[in-house]
Amino acid sequence: MFSDIARKFCQVFNLFCCVHVFHAHVGQLHYVVGPSMFPTLNATGDLLFLERFSVRFQKVNVGDIVVACSPENPRVLICKRVLAVEGDSISVLPEPYAQDAAKNVLIPKGHVWLQGDDPYKSRDSRHYGPVPYALLQGKVQLRIWPPHSWKKF
Amino acid sequence: MAEPLWFLAKRSAAAAMICITFTDIVGNFATIQGNSMQPTLQQGHKDFISLLKGDVVFYEKISAPAYKYCRGDVVVLSFFCRSPTDPDQLMVKRLIAMQGDWVNVPGSHEIHQIPKGRCWVEGDNGNLSLDSRNFGPIPLGLVKGRVTIKVWPPHRIGRVERVLPEGQVMFTDMHSCVITRSCLECE
Repeated sequence: MFSDIARKFCQVFNLFCCVHVFHAHVGQLHYVVGPSMFPTLNATGDLLFLERFSVRFQKVNVGDIVVACSPENPRVLICKRVLAVEGDSISVLPEPYAQDAAKNVLIPKGHVWLQGDDPYKSRDSRHYGPVPYALLQGKVQLRIWPPHSWKKF
Repeated sequence: MAEPLWFLAKRSAAAAMICITFTDIVGNFATIQGNSMQPTLQQGHKDFISLLKGDVVFYEKISAPAYKYCRGDVVVLSFFCRSPTDPDQLMVKRLIAMQGDWVNVPGSHEIHQIPKGRCWVEGDNGNLSLDSRNFGPIPLGLVKGRVTIKVWPPHRIGRVERVLPEGQVMFTDMHSCVITRSCLECE
């Protein structure tokens, strides 16, 4: 009887390890809520599938939507779009209302510029500067929920 | 004929999953390269085989998800300002100050307050270390683990202690805004 319990325990433990490896190294699901990526993502919440390979092998490009650790609170994840990568120079409007206050920012080595699609509601690189590449967690590939707005990004 | 091979393949895959899970959740070993943490952690002689070239340490990742680090801990963190050509490469520094603290930059009269969500890291060997004195406070999300023990070479086996340099940091109690000199979280 104990050997049965031990065998079941080993199977459950193996399953947990496989699920962890998939979740940490291949892809994961995230429920993202907030208005900063409107209209691309719903403010009321979307279930997204992220894949990890792009971030790990530096295949993140300008225009990709990524999930990252927030530089202002490492326990919080943010979902933004990459507008510039290292070496690029972009023109940034610190306030979306003030059109003539644009300034040029050169993205330093090892950093990316993240910005939400809704500039009025998003707190992003315009507020806390370029984000180190190592904070990126994954690239958003699919929207799974709500089911009627299934989409590949 | 194929059965023993299949059995071996299954067992190897299971063992690999378990090892990867352990190194992701519990902790991992690392060999020290570079002299920025001398004398606490040292690079070894060039004559030794590459794996044992420097001090080998164990760093734990259990405190990583909640970011429960204390001032004075030796931590491992992802590179801040280099191109991510090797995503697994980490650097080892001592965590000197957390968000809200005021830090006196050694060798100058500058005082910085650490912004929200960031921390100040320095190598123990100030002359050789590339750290927050060069690139400023870094996001706490870059910290991946805490170095707890040295396991090689045998005459240096022991705990890596939490040490805070005197006179460099002033702590702000976030609740009552009183500036004190003791580490409030970890005592």
